[in-house]
Amino acid sequence: MTPLMEVRDLQVEIPLPHGNLRAIRGVSLTVDPGEAIGVVGESGSGKSITLRALLGLLPQPAKVTGGSILLDGVDVTGMPTARRQRLLTDAVSMVFQDSLTALNPVMRVGEQIAEVPRRKLGMSRTAAHSRAVDLMEQVGIPDPERRYRAYPHELSGGMRQRICIAIALSTDPRLILADEPTTALDVTIQAQVLKVIETLRRERQLGLIFVSHDLAVVSQTCSRVYVMYAGRVVESGDIGTMLRDSRHPYTYALLRSVPDPDAPVHRLITIPGQPPDLTAAVDGCSFAPRCPFAAAECTVQDPPLVPVRYDHTHVTACLRWETAEHWPQWSHPTEPNHIEPGQPLSEAKS
Amino acid sequence: MTAVTAQGASVERMRVRRRQRNVPLVAGLTLLLLIVLAAICAPLLTHWDPIQQDLVNARATPGTPGHLLGTDALGRDVLSRLLYGARVDLRVGFLAVISPFIIGTVLGLISGWFGGWLDMVIMRIVDVVVAFPFFVLVIAIVFALGAGTGSVYVAITVVGWVAYCRIVRGEVLVAKEQEYALAARASGLPTWRILFRHLLPNVVLQAVIYSMSDIVLTILALVTLGYLGLGVPPPTPDWGSMISDGQQFLLTQWYLATIPGVAVVITGLALALVADGLVERFGRR
Repeated sequence: MTPLMEVRDLQVEIPLPHGNLRAIRGVSLTVDPGEAIGVVGESGSGKSITLRALLGLLPQPAKVTGGSILLDGVDVTGMPTARRQRLLTDAVSMVFQDSLTALNPVMRVGEQIAEVPRRKLGMSRTAAHSRAVDLMEQVGIPDPERRYRAYPHELSGGMRQRICIAIALSTDPRLILADEPTTALDVTIQAQVLKVIETLRRERQLGLIFVSHDLAVVSQTCSRVYVMYAGRVVESGDIGTMLRDSRHPYTYALLRSVPDPDAPVHRLITIPGQPPDLTAAVDGCSFAPRCPFAAAECTVQDPPLVPVRYDHTHVTACLRWETAEHWPQWSHPTEPNHIEPGQPLSEAKS
Repeated sequence: MTAVTAQGASVERMRVRRRQRNVPLVAGLTLLLLIVLAAICAPLLTHWDPIQQDLVNARATPGTPGHLLGTDALGRDVLSRLLYGARVDLRVGFLAVISPFIIGTVLGLISGWFGGWLDMVIMRIVDVVVAFPFFVLVIAIVFALGAGTGSVYVAITVVGWVAYCRIVRGEVLVAKEQEYALAARASGLPTWRILFRHLLPNVVLQAVIYSMSDIVLTILALVTLGYLGLGVPPPTPDWGSMISDGQQFLLTQWYLATIPGVAVVITGLALALVADGLVERFGRR
């Protein structure tokens, strides 16, 4: 089966006054038709930049400097811009994090949904209108005829995000890129919106790339997950495998930094330090400076992605993945960044 | 459902309250409406012909029966000239702002959106125009084309578009990084549609607010040109030529120059109030 979208060794650089920032350093991922994949990582790991690169909408100075993006097996990276954008925008839609800024503040929400069917797909005014109302109903907006005339600021965050999903669906895409679509919502609304996305995805057999910093949310929606760190994928595989048997210390730490209501009370793990400065060349593994299991070899060579299982679905970029059975629960009592309960944050930082 | 309706109702109430409290907008629009009405209804408010000379009754003081604001050196009714002059000045003021507004806004949109060499070229032209003092360029153009309202329109357009261009460009630079602009691009809409349907309504407000003070500036420019004899050719009444004609009698009949001057000030006040009101109504997003 040809993957719906395939990214091979994507490189993105952002020229800055003090040197090139290598925002994406060789990211590869695939989505099959109807498949949902997750991309997880902390802020600045390159998740959002990857999504924008997939749509050909990188922010101003950023440029794709290597690798290729394949849509239905066709490489679109070398194409003339206009042709590439047409192919991409026909097949791919995006849902943004902040629904308030993602909607045009001075345009009625219904018109924003109806706009693409009318202007791009060439529907009549009435057909586009009824399609918009239809979509609003599908994303669970009560009384859609009345809401059609509302402006974005008149709707709640959950309603607005549903509108954004309706807009994304209005082009009849085959792939949805979701950039932290539920981060700005509170937990109950988050669950509702996730359910809407999941239902529509199953009904329409849509591909989904779900970007989040929250592994728990990703595990609800996605069958596979890619963990990104400092502009590259450090581990990827089946969501179940990753949760049970992660083989990269970063994923391992991420999983243990989430509170588990069923587990006995224990200290949550924090990952000491900060992601590396990507304008400087990184020697060896980019996570090594923060990794408690790092060995001398880790600072020499940037580890390639190696398969952990025979079927190659689970890969990790850790030289020491085989020692994972012996990784303890993380704790750093001597670490300077460690915060004692009751200690003021200002003191702890120094 | 009841909660939803209640919320809708409170949104309505908030809107009404905000509109009610906007004193500057209401005051400005009322004042402007009165001025425009007075100009339109000029033939009903005065039976004097504004260019009819009557040397016997020249330089009548204000309050003279039949001549509420007196007559000028040639015996023409001042009130009548003021009202008919408003027709000329207001029309030219509003019309002369339209073409720089459109040209500046469109070029600002293009410049801000596309960036690159296009932005460079447009901004350098703007710099060149801005480098000249406003009146020097306006007077030079009117002088080259010959006095008259047609030349005034051309001159104001050539000089005036740069302000709109700069304002709109700056707003576009902010707006184009907003996610709604990104979302519009991501949905594959044609560029012109993104520019005019999505960005324009979000960036045009600042230009509209500026245009209010620009109308005042244009009326002042027209008055100045009239004063220099480069504006509306005599004997057509306009406030500028009234001021310049009245100036020579400043020591004896001070009101001849003062009355049209006050008219300019009141019109400027009305437009400034409207601009303030617009800021208050729509705020700075």
